[in-house]
Amino acid sequence: MDAREVVLARIRHALADVPPSETPEDAAVPRDYWTAHAERTDAQRLDLLAEHLADYRAVVHRCTPGRLPATIAESLAARGARSVVAPPGVPSGWLPPEVERVADDPSMTPRELDALDSVVTGCAVAVAETGTIVLDGGQDQGRRRISLVPDHHICVVRAPEQIVDSVPQALARLDPARPQTWISGPSATSDIELDRVEGVHGPRTLEVVITCAE
Amino acid sequence: MSGTYLGMPSFPKAAAASTRDMRLRGNLRHATGTIRAKRAQAVSELGDWDGLRSAGAALKDRTLRHLDRYLVQLESAVTAAGGQVHWARDAEEANRIVTDLVRETGETDVVKVKSMATQEIGLNDALAKAGISAYETDLAELIVQLGDDLPSHILVPAIHRNRDQIRDIFRERMGDWGRAAPRGLSDDPSELAEAARLHLREKFLDAKVGISGANFMVAETGTLVVVESEGNGRMCLTLPETLISVVGIEKTVPTWQDLEVFLQTLPRSSTAERMNPYTSTWTGTTDEDGPSVFHLVLLDNGRTDALADTVGRQALRCIRCSACLNVCPVYERAGGHAYGSAYPGPIGAILTPQLRGVQSELDASLPYASSLCGACYEVCPVAIDIPEVLVHLRERVSEGGTVSVRGRKTTIEPAKGHAAERAVMRAARWAFDHPRALRTGQRLASRARRLTPRRLPLPGPGRAWSDSRDLPRPAPESFRDWWRRTRGEEAPAEGRLEGGDG
Repeated sequence: MDAREVVLARIRHALADVPPSETPEDAAVPRDYWTAHAERTDAQRLDLLAEHLADYRAVVHRCTPGRLPATIAESLAARGARSVVAPPGVPSGWLPPEVERVADDPSMTPRELDALDSVVTGCAVAVAETGTIVLDGGQDQGRRRISLVPDHHICVVRAPEQIVDSVPQALARLDPARPQTWISGPSATSDIELDRVEGVHGPRTLEVVITCAE
Repeated sequence: MSGTYLGMPSFPKAAAASTRDMRLRGNLRHATGTIRAKRAQAVSELGDWDGLRSAGAALKDRTLRHLDRYLVQLESAVTAAGGQVHWARDAEEANRIVTDLVRETGETDVVKVKSMATQEIGLNDALAKAGISAYETDLAELIVQLGDDLPSHILVPAIHRNRDQIRDIFRERMGDWGRAAPRGLSDDPSELAEAARLHLREKFLDAKVGISGANFMVAETGTLVVVESEGNGRMCLTLPETLISVVGIEKTVPTWQDLEVFLQTLPRSSTAERMNPYTSTWTGTTDEDGPSVFHLVLLDNGRTDALADTVGRQALRCIRCSACLNVCPVYERAGGHAYGSAYPGPIGAILTPQLRGVQSELDASLPYASSLCGACYEVCPVAIDIPEVLVHLRERVSEGGTVSVRGRKTTIEPAKGHAAERAVMRAARWAFDHPRALRTGQRLASRARRLTPRRLPLPGPGRAWSDSRDLPRPAPESFRDWWRRTRGEEAPAEGRLEGGDG
């Protein structure tokens, strides 16, 4: 027998106490936990997301869709960023003309990516209760590595439609077939005497721009 | 690298040494105390915590009771998504599979995400023997690896080191493994983290092979999930061309939706955060995004033996949050190394003897590395009744019995060193069966309490037992007498005292 057959046989042998007629559904799972932890208006959900993102030391901006390019331009200028990687779904109007826009190209090596200043992406969904943004490789989010290697990430969240209350609501919106990155605040470590230090390997600065019509 | 726990002394011997290490005890007290307080706050934010805990326990039980079916489903989903699935009966087989897979790539360097499963099987040593260097990329694992040391906590493996020790390790050893530490490196945590960033970035950007574990595997979709904080996980999972994940078979969950339970309970229980900074999910391979080759190695290594034990099986629910370590008075004093396993603390005390058996002196001593206070059960997000399993395993050690070893039913003899313990347990049973004798004994002990020694050195083999135990000071009054005095009116009939909510 090969290893697969041996392991499966061991499992079946180990489960001699489970009646052969039992189905997984017979092993009941109580689902009386909540799908959200409060009832919120769109504005309350936006506020909570902003508060929780800031708690985890992300920089949060709010603006109207019209002010979005100016907000992004200010953030890039404040860091002196000159080269910005952006996936194809990021509208050209989001980026100021004075920065060099680098396409999210699979032939780009990690070292080339490392030489760039910033990355600008959208997101798939944002979770208010946990302060999380989720990227799923959509047109405005690109490959996982572009939001990882550059040291500065600007992520745009469209309110109210992209903000949900909770983890259960976010999972229901997402397609498991797509690779996902859930981001809650910038990269951090607490490995040295439990002192939290931001920025180890991922971007040390995460800026989230939440756009919402007045 | 001495990354192995073989030849460790039994828990009482190791703990006798570590409890004298005042620096270690100070570090642990600070760390576990801090996490405990934060965790309570994070958990209190969720009004449905008890519901999530019940659902998590039930989901894991459902998976375990039908594990064969879920693994077959997982295998076909991963394969359909472009991954390749391998099965490993034990550590040796898993190490051989991984070594062969790395060799096929022609590479001699691999980057690693922190993983309990690969620590358990001693993968780094096995790769080193084959001429392959495995670089740990989690900051704490890096500290452990550079210091030629062993991890001592599930979540913060270098919890036993403080900042000046870490600075010294970085200064002395980083250069041997790659980019040296910057000149004049101080012991400021942000400077130390920056040194790690620079050192490891060179490895990430050139890595062709990554090795990881996984926190969850979704049977329905073939999705793997890794939760982390630093981004080293994302680096290893997405930059290399080949990704090899070694995962214990019990990490399976049935459906994508089920993650809604564990992604709420795991971060809050482990780091006391609403959500860990990064969670990565991937399903097989994706064109031009991440590794083009993905291997999943499904690891048994004693898990099916634990599964065969209807009491001990619940240990396989564990999601490795480490909350039980942080509340355990024994862990807080003894430290993680005393447990002689990748899995320290209360969960290690029940998991290790089930995965490895109780034949060695160390493994036979682990079920006794507890005061049975129950705090570990209270905090466990999947409601593992650790005290129940501890008592069950103590019985196995002292009485022997029939167990599953590598899939075969085997009868084991009582462990030799515990003959005295067995005698003590028999004596206790007799006393509890004879309430009058117990009451008299307690009264005598109370009256004589000033005279009792701090330790009771037993002669002969009993010494092993008595040497490691301080004798408790008898209470001035027995519980029974106290109850009679204060609640005399409502005193229940002898032997009818009901337990709590159990």
